[in-house]
Amino acid sequence: MEQDLEVDRVSKRYGAHNAVDALSLGVSRGSFFSILGPSGCGKTTLLRMIAGFLAPDEGDIRIGGRSMRDVPPNRRPVHMVFQHLALFPMMTVGDNVGYGLSRRGVSRAETAARVEAMLKRVGLSGAQGKRIDQLSGGQKQRVAIARSLVLEPTLLLLDEPLGALDLKLREHMKIELKQLQADFGTTFVYITHDQSEALVLSDHVAVMNAGRFEQVGTPQELYYEPAAPFVAGFVGANNRVAGKAVGVDADAVEVETAGGLRVRARASGRVALGDAVEAFVRPEVVDIARDANELPRSAQRFSGHVTSLLFDGANSAVLVTEDTTRAEIRIALPQTGRLADLRVAETVAFGFDPHRAICFGRR
Amino acid sequence: MMGGRRPGAQLALFLLLAPAILWLGALIVLPHVELAVLSLRARVAPRVYEWSLAQYATFIEEPLYWHTFVRTAAMSIIATVSTLLIAFPIAWHIAKVARGRGKSALFVLCLIPFWVSETVRTLGWMILLRESGVVPRLFMDLGITAAPVELLYHDATILVGLVYTSMLFMVVPLVSALESLDDSLIEAAYDLGGSGRSILRDIVIPHAAPGIAAGSIVVFMLTLGNYLTPTLLGGKNSLWFTEQIYTQFITRFNWEQGAAFGFLLLILSTAIVWLGLRVTGQQFGDVMRRT
Repeated sequence: MEQDLEVDRVSKRYGAHNAVDALSLGVSRGSFFSILGPSGCGKTTLLRMIAGFLAPDEGDIRIGGRSMRDVPPNRRPVHMVFQHLALFPMMTVGDNVGYGLSRRGVSRAETAARVEAMLKRVGLSGAQGKRIDQLSGGQKQRVAIARSLVLEPTLLLLDEPLGALDLKLREHMKIELKQLQADFGTTFVYITHDQSEALVLSDHVAVMNAGRFEQVGTPQELYYEPAAPFVAGFVGANNRVAGKAVGVDADAVEVETAGGLRVRARASGRVALGDAVEAFVRPEVVDIARDANELPRSAQRFSGHVTSLLFDGANSAVLVTEDTTRAEIRIALPQTGRLADLRVAETVAFGFDPHRAICFGRR
Repeated sequence: MMGGRRPGAQLALFLLLAPAILWLGALIVLPHVELAVLSLRARVAPRVYEWSLAQYATFIEEPLYWHTFVRTAAMSIIATVSTLLIAFPIAWHIAKVARGRGKSALFVLCLIPFWVSETVRTLGWMILLRESGVVPRLFMDLGITAAPVELLYHDATILVGLVYTSMLFMVVPLVSALESLDDSLIEAAYDLGGSGRSILRDIVIPHAAPGIAAGSIVVFMLTLGNYLTPTLLGGKNSLWFTEQIYTQFITRFNWEQGAAFGFLLLILSTAIVWLGLRVTGQQFGDVMRRT
């Protein structure tokens, strides 16, 4: 598969701080690639280096196979959708979309025709004469994307463009963005700290932390096969159980916490007896029932009582405190509505299949 | 609460506005009405006056007067444009380049000259530029000129003085206009293929236009009505219109003529500001909110 973007051991330092640390990355043509990380992880620095607003201290960035060393932003085949969109308020919608074309010396008539065609493709036919402040949040976003895509870039960079929108519109724009990308087939590199955006939108996601990638993979791989504790903790909800490996067999590791809770989980990488380890158990992996006999036979069984109900429609969960160790665990409620009448302080049994929990040796 | 306002609130509003109304009425409107009346009468006998346009006729008939008038307007426009051209990069640096302490330091540097009076500042220029002054001396020492040259009493000298006096009044509105420009707009334009020059033309100047207009109006008015700087730096050749007004009122005791000149200056400044706003497509209200 051809690579539209290759980042080759790129580093950027601010004083003693490694914002981006010898990072490599390849994005294949036509894919939607997200870089997911908490704020301050270096993702914006990386994006600005790809766009050309920052120069890497080391390493090389190739776009469409061409090295971008010493190529200024206005000469790169890359365009960026800014966090707050950065539409030009002093121009009409049509002038915004046509800005890049007229800078390239495209004739006025052709610019107008291409602007019209582009606005039609993003569903804003005839909006050329509107002022920017007459548009809704979603329309502004489409203008910002149209303004970049009309230049037919090799790569479109998006810097958390949904961050400023309210929740409802954000959900809507997620779908719209994915459809736009599929329509145009342009390679998108998307930056976000919102894991749901990254999982929903992307073909591939890189999870970034402290200037490095913890894992690069499909959303499913990140969710079901996290390669590092950071990924397990950052992507999706997870219960973290930190302790010591007190039993290791071919099948699973037995982890004992300081409080005495013992859980079994399959090992990721090598774990030796006595190692400090962290296990992660997803809320939906844990089975919960009023009667221990209802739990599947393979599961480890615990008993506890409900301390909080976290009702959120299909994402409802309960917090349960284990009876002997007082350890708290988050458990997703079955979507069938079977336990919808659960009350605080009720006694419940819970357990999970060790193969669906994962355990990492502490690095 | 939305309906009829209580009388107490109305009284409070009136009291709050009273100083402003008094100031406007007593110090601006009344004297101008008086001046208007004064400029439109002629003395036919001791203590006998009648309505007349004689003062305005004199202005048109005497070339010196309207030459001075046009010259003052032209020089003021040149001074305003020069101030804008010099102040813009300074304001850009303060608003967009300098950070933290450097920013405040630059602002203070612009402000410091205003801690001394205009007279002292202008005398400072005279010390530098007069024939036996610092600069002609330096030129001689460097071998640029054989004998000391008189740098005072040229039009260029007047312009230097006017620009220097006006700088702060241009820098402040420009800085506030440029500071409100989102950096990501500049980056976006650059990202979409814009060059430095086209970004300045398409993004920066349209955004800063109200600030530019505000600064230009203030500087133009200050320059047009300036008396001290043209008189001291331009000497007898300065031919500044405010000098004519001063001469009529103080030297000749011809208050009627002075009042007519004063009114002509008011009309001139209003007309040029209106024209300037018209040409650049600015709204007066927008502009004044920026000052």
